[in-house]
Amino acid sequence: MAEEKKKKKKINPNRIPMPKQTPEERVRNFNEVALGFTAELAMMEAARCLQCKKPLCVQGCPVEVNIPGFIGKIAEGDFKGAAGELKSKNALPAVCGRVCPQEEQCEKLCILGKKMEPVAIGRLERFTADYEAQQGTVEYPKIPKKTGKKVAVIGSGPAGITVAADLAALGHEIVMYEALHEPGGVLMYGIPEFRLPKQIVGREMQYVQDLGVELILNYIIGKTRTIDSILEEFDAVFVGSGAGLPWFLGIPGENLNGVYSANEYLTRVNLMKGYTFPEHDTPIKRPHKVTVVGGGNVAMDSARTALRLGADESHIVYRRSREELPARLEEVENAEEEGVIFDFLTLPKRCVGNEQGWLIGLECVKMELGEPDDSGRRRPVEIPNSTFLLECDAMVAAIGNSPNPLIPQTTQGLEIGRKGNIEAEEETGKTSLDKVWAGGDVVTGAATVIMAMGAGRIAARSMHEYLAGK
Amino acid sequence: MIVPNLHEIVVEAPDVATSVKPGQFVIVRADDTGERCPLSVADYDPEKGTVTSIFQEVGETTSKLALVNPGETIPTYAGPLGVETELGEFGTVVMIGGCYGIGSIYPIGKALKEMGNHVIVIIEARSNFLVYWADRHRDYADKVHVISRDGTIGHKGHVTGIPDILNREGEKADRVIANGCTFMMKRIADLTRPMGIRTIVSMNPIMIDGTGMCGVCRLTVDGETKFACVDGPDFDAHLIDWEEFLQRRKTYNEEETEPLRRSGSGISHTCMSCS
Repeated sequence: MAEEKKKKKKINPNRIPMPKQTPEERVRNFNEVALGFTAELAMMEAARCLQCKKPLCVQGCPVEVNIPGFIGKIAEGDFKGAAGELKSKNALPAVCGRVCPQEEQCEKLCILGKKMEPVAIGRLERFTADYEAQQGTVEYPKIPKKTGKKVAVIGSGPAGITVAADLAALGHEIVMYEALHEPGGVLMYGIPEFRLPKQIVGREMQYVQDLGVELILNYIIGKTRTIDSILEEFDAVFVGSGAGLPWFLGIPGENLNGVYSANEYLTRVNLMKGYTFPEHDTPIKRPHKVTVVGGGNVAMDSARTALRLGADESHIVYRRSREELPARLEEVENAEEEGVIFDFLTLPKRCVGNEQGWLIGLECVKMELGEPDDSGRRRPVEIPNSTFLLECDAMVAAIGNSPNPLIPQTTQGLEIGRKGNIEAEEETGKTSLDKVWAGGDVVTGAATVIMAMGAGRIAARSMHEYLAGK
Repeated sequence: MIVPNLHEIVVEAPDVATSVKPGQFVIVRADDTGERCPLSVADYDPEKGTVTSIFQEVGETTSKLALVNPGETIPTYAGPLGVETELGEFGTVVMIGGCYGIGSIYPIGKALKEMGNHVIVIIEARSNFLVYWADRHRDYADKVHVISRDGTIGHKGHVTGIPDILNREGEKADRVIANGCTFMMKRIADLTRPMGIRTIVSMNPIMIDGTGMCGVCRLTVDGETKFACVDGPDFDAHLIDWEEFLQRRKTYNEEETEPLRRSGSGISHTCMSCS
């Protein structure tokens, strides 16, 4: 008894740090910044978990991973068991371990975190997924008898992948339609290689296909075929077409050469591999001084990509202050380490161009924080007579996206919200159309990978109930 | 190659062939490292499941496409994209096609004729060896004129001569539809603006995804930003900010001509001013 008490008292108050490429090294390449735990480091971190009888961390997980469960197995050295536990709830652990904002979710509620640094749940999730893949011992759930029901999943992003994996595991026949030439949605075109290697996305997609899901690429639902036509062939449809309609600031000069939406900038680099031009044919400019307008993950990704493309200076231009930045904390810290310059309390008013139509600077004003607005964050207010010119030869608008309009525009009877989003019940994902569910960014507007997965999980449950009852 | 530097490509894509309408386009990739490139649709056969495009060889991707042999496959052929051309009973419609546009106005002209319009087709080219599909147009159109810069076929001159041609024939256009290189379409817009004739053009900006996701294809129409891939490609020619459009189209001129210089492919096509 006394020995056990001694063991408990030896908890390391600090989390095991994640081995990373040095900032100087990593701004010159597109390789993954975080290098991952070794088995030893993972076990050391896993030992910090209190194995709470009433864990709060699980409540913070949108897909309800049994966190103490899989971490407990890591602590015992049973990595295979950890993987099984993890994957019974999360179809994309290698992705989530890398991109979830754990500091807002599981780790925020960690009981250990009240007195010390919370358990590094995300890093352990990543370790588990990577270890299983490296060992080549990927396990598949036992698929029950085929139900004979056929489901169309539209969009192969996080929401669609989750629905496809969950329903395939229940014996339904799934066809997943993807408009682009590579699956993954934002996982492929939006999140950079240095945060989420595309090889890993490929691996996760292969897992889903191994469950029996048929993937059809270059197929645009809403254009190649409409939902109405799809409904004639399938028993149920899930729409996970995402938030692929970029917002521009709406300021003068935004159509100058050198002004990009973040979607364009990142798609050229991530999906089309523009950073290898001319090896891959899609060109990308390599501007010297890049300004990225926005403060979320997409903005951080864009600013850090600019550095890797050789920019001398990469700026985040954000109208609020550091505390209000919505980006994942680790990415903000990584950006700061890499030398991204943060121009807080700054708002662009006009894009200034030269005679040839190229951007040469942003005319900005300084801001100060006033009363909170609807989002709860303090509202930025312009400071009069504070106009100044921020010289740059590229501007990336990373201020958000709306749901892609192709399906809303071409589907009869589908109720659409004010912001172009598909209206869906929060508890089930059901839309106004019979047999049609929706989830992820197309419903909520641009959000996170894990929230899309959570919505996918909810919809899959509801869809299965419906299909089982038919 | 059907005429120098212009190629006809017929692709077996049954899902596209059964849903494509006149005025739409597809996005293609010639190989796995290739760019996504838009091609206007010039013809389609839903029963055979084929779709035809005419394209000009101007850069890396179109050069690669030109070398694809019958029976081979290409990794991406996505569509149909864009809003189809507005069809209706307009009266007398003058269809003007230049370059690849001689092909892409074909399904539009045919459809308008079927609806009872009086359809006049005007084919514009530099010389007679660059004219193609004139017979195809003659099969349905009420009248087909050819304009060549050097006078080796049809009327000698530029598209600026079109009003005279029509006047001589006693024709009065209710609508003009022009497809082809940007400069040609802009000239048509300038011609018809004072005449107050509704003129629709098919815009051809740089594109990547073609589904409305990235915004690179944006142009200003009537003071508002529109995406050519989802709001267009057709727009009212008189409302377009043509200068801005031409400026945006030049964004990657440097990168686009570099591979051609490297490969020594002998393409000295200087029509960057026209494409």
